[in-house]
Amino acid sequence: MTPLPYYLVLSSLLFIIGLAGAITRRNAIIVLIGIELMLNAANLNFIAFWRHGVSGQGNAGLMFALFSIAIAAAEVAVGLALIIAIYRHRKTLDLNRVNSLKG
Amino acid sequence: MSWAIQNLFWAPLAPFLAAGLIAIARRQQRSYAAALAVGAMTISLFVSVAALVTVLRAHPQTAPYREYFNFVWFQLGDGALQLGWVLDPLTALMSVMVSLVGLAIFVYSIGYMAHDENFTRFFCFMSLFAGAMLGLVIANSLLLLFICWELVGVSSYLLIGFWHQRPAAAAAAKKAFITTRIGDMGFLLGMVWLYSETGTLLFYNGGKGCLEAGALGRVVSGLTIGGMAVSTAIALLIFCGAIGKSGQLPLHVWLPDAMEGPTPVSALIHAATMVAAGVFLVARLFPLFAATSGGPAILATPLQVVTWVGSLTAVFAALIAVAQTDIKRILAYSTVSQLGFMMMGIGVGGFAVGIFHLITHAFFKALLFLGAGSVIHGCNGQQDIRFMGGLRRFMPLTFATYAIGMMALAGVPLFFSGFWSKDEILHSALKYSEVSQWPFFLGLFGALLTAFYMTRQMCYVFFGQYRGAEKAGGAHPHESPPVMTVPLIVLSVGAVMLGFLGTPAWPWFDSWLTGHHARLDWGALFEKHTLSVMALSAATVAAGIAQAWWLYGKRLPANPETKDILEEAFPRLFNLLRRKLFVDEFYEATLIRLNRWAAIVCDTFDRFVWQGIVMLAAYTIIGVSWLGRFTDDYIVNGGFNGGCETIRKGGGWMSTLQSGNVQSWLRTIGLALAALVIYLSWA
Repeated sequence: MTPLPYYLVLSSLLFIIGLAGAITRRNAIIVLIGIELMLNAANLNFIAFWRHGVSGQGNAGLMFALFSIAIAAAEVAVGLALIIAIYRHRKTLDLNRVNSLKG
Repeated sequence: MSWAIQNLFWAPLAPFLAAGLIAIARRQQRSYAAALAVGAMTISLFVSVAALVTVLRAHPQTAPYREYFNFVWFQLGDGALQLGWVLDPLTALMSVMVSLVGLAIFVYSIGYMAHDENFTRFFCFMSLFAGAMLGLVIANSLLLLFICWELVGVSSYLLIGFWHQRPAAAAAAKKAFITTRIGDMGFLLGMVWLYSETGTLLFYNGGKGCLEAGALGRVVSGLTIGGMAVSTAIALLIFCGAIGKSGQLPLHVWLPDAMEGPTPVSALIHAATMVAAGVFLVARLFPLFAATSGGPAILATPLQVVTWVGSLTAVFAALIAVAQTDIKRILAYSTVSQLGFMMMGIGVGGFAVGIFHLITHAFFKALLFLGAGSVIHGCNGQQDIRFMGGLRRFMPLTFATYAIGMMALAGVPLFFSGFWSKDEILHSALKYSEVSQWPFFLGLFGALLTAFYMTRQMCYVFFGQYRGAEKAGGAHPHESPPVMTVPLIVLSVGAVMLGFLGTPAWPWFDSWLTGHHARLDWGALFEKHTLSVMALSAATVAAGIAQAWWLYGKRLPANPETKDILEEAFPRLFNLLRRKLFVDEFYEATLIRLNRWAAIVCDTFDRFVWQGIVMLAAYTIIGVSWLGRFTDDYIVNGGFNGGCETIRKGGGWMSTLQSGNVQSWLRTIGLALAALVIYLSWA
């Protein structure tokens, strides 16, 4: 069985790539993709820890991952709807120009 | 109550209303104004005549007929201030005289003021004056009398200063007002004192008035400074008002200057009515003046003062009149002198004697003034008698009426009213000899001077040849229009006829005023002294006229620059008289200088003492406020400003976080997460 650190390194990589994409890119859709990457890195962690944890303790980790995927799907739907609404309203997806919350 | 007493108030009210209506009329509504004024005077005359008829119909045997109507003016706590009007022979007579002479003068003014642009204003003031004078006459309350008295003063001020563009007229108006105010001060004090003593200012009020026995008894018995009775003190104070109004010594100075007003004003105010108000006041308050705690009324101190002031004024003013050259000024001094005669008459013989002279004088002096106005009008505004002369030929009607007035004033025997009224005064003065003989001799001397100066004036104005042609640019004098001469004729009838009401044989006037019944008694003419006094006064008048005729009638100068004959004979004396015995100069040097010094002292005091204190206080307050401002600016404001600035800066810095840039927030979350991971893995 593949040892735990490999999983953790992979998930950290995924998380950091996602984070970097969410922070640096201007396009809102890319930012959303970055967020999805970070979510899935978290899911990977759940599964890995569940698999390498004390066996026979139910399937709590699996359930967490399943829920998280379902929530991520809903979140993507909401996120994409927001992005479309913003695009309709502003005719742009550049986040630097969508700053009407500026104080 | 008779119709007359119920409607007596219309006599003053009608002219007042007319004055009010004229005041709001436009300047061009000349005939409207004149019609209103004359109409109002006609109403007054009608009411006055009705009142006179009512009084004449009554035949009281002992006391004079008297009716009054009182009403409450306003309530003062428990007391009430009452006003009212009274109808007795004195009121009826005076109001008929005032409204009749007033009406004649109003009609005359239509002609005299025809060319004046302020015609409507003139009639407004004249009506106001007539209303005030009639109100004064009918008043049954000293307060109402005083109110009307002051209204008379105001309207006289307005009328004397009617041509206020002339500095002399403005100054004369001021002088008249201020001089009479000095006397009115005494009047006011006397009135207040009377009120505090008796608690009422009504003359007659069913036994409670201040001229009735109860109140008089109280003021007579009270004593004040120097053992003088309170009644004496009050009467003397009130007499101050009469001195001012009637131009007696020493307050006579305003009357000659008042001739700056238009001539009808001089006739109305300064001959017939306003100046008579002082005499009327003494007559109205005669019970107060004659009140003594014992002994005959003739010895009452106030009456003695009245006698002396009157007789001295009579001679003093007559002396000055001898040397004047202004036609109206001569008449003015003559008026002062005749008012002195009236005062003397009241003092020596009771109020009826003085009032009789007042009535006759009102007619012939109004006649003389209007005649003088006609002369001035005919001579194109010339008032100096040296530039007249020979007017007999140019103005026959004026000459005839003026001559009647002059003879009445001089007291030519038998056919002229002035003779009878003056004779009555002299007769009473002779009876007065038990107290003092001086009034009689002063009166005789005054009569001599009167005849002299009036003849001198007649000679200068109507005889000789016309001397003013050069100055008037060759224009000849002309007779005045009928609207001016008809009143002259009416008044001259009065000047002749009135005398027969008060001859020694039939002293109707005197009896009627005092409430007795007169009997025709030819025998009274031949009683002891009566004939001798008549003869003496006739001789005096004859001497005066003859002397003046001898001096002026025959040797009239042909040139206006020629010196007066008396001036050549007694230059210093004549100059003294011409300068009015330097009374004005005397006042200028004493009272007015004193006043000016007092003003300077007050001014200095104000400027340096009070102002210093005020300035000190002001600077102290300025210093304190400066300190307050400093504290505010630098301490309170500084603290607040600093705090506000800090908060604003903090807010500004914080607001940069709210960039609205979603990624930057995300960045912050990422950094915080990294920091959390590092912290957790360390611990």
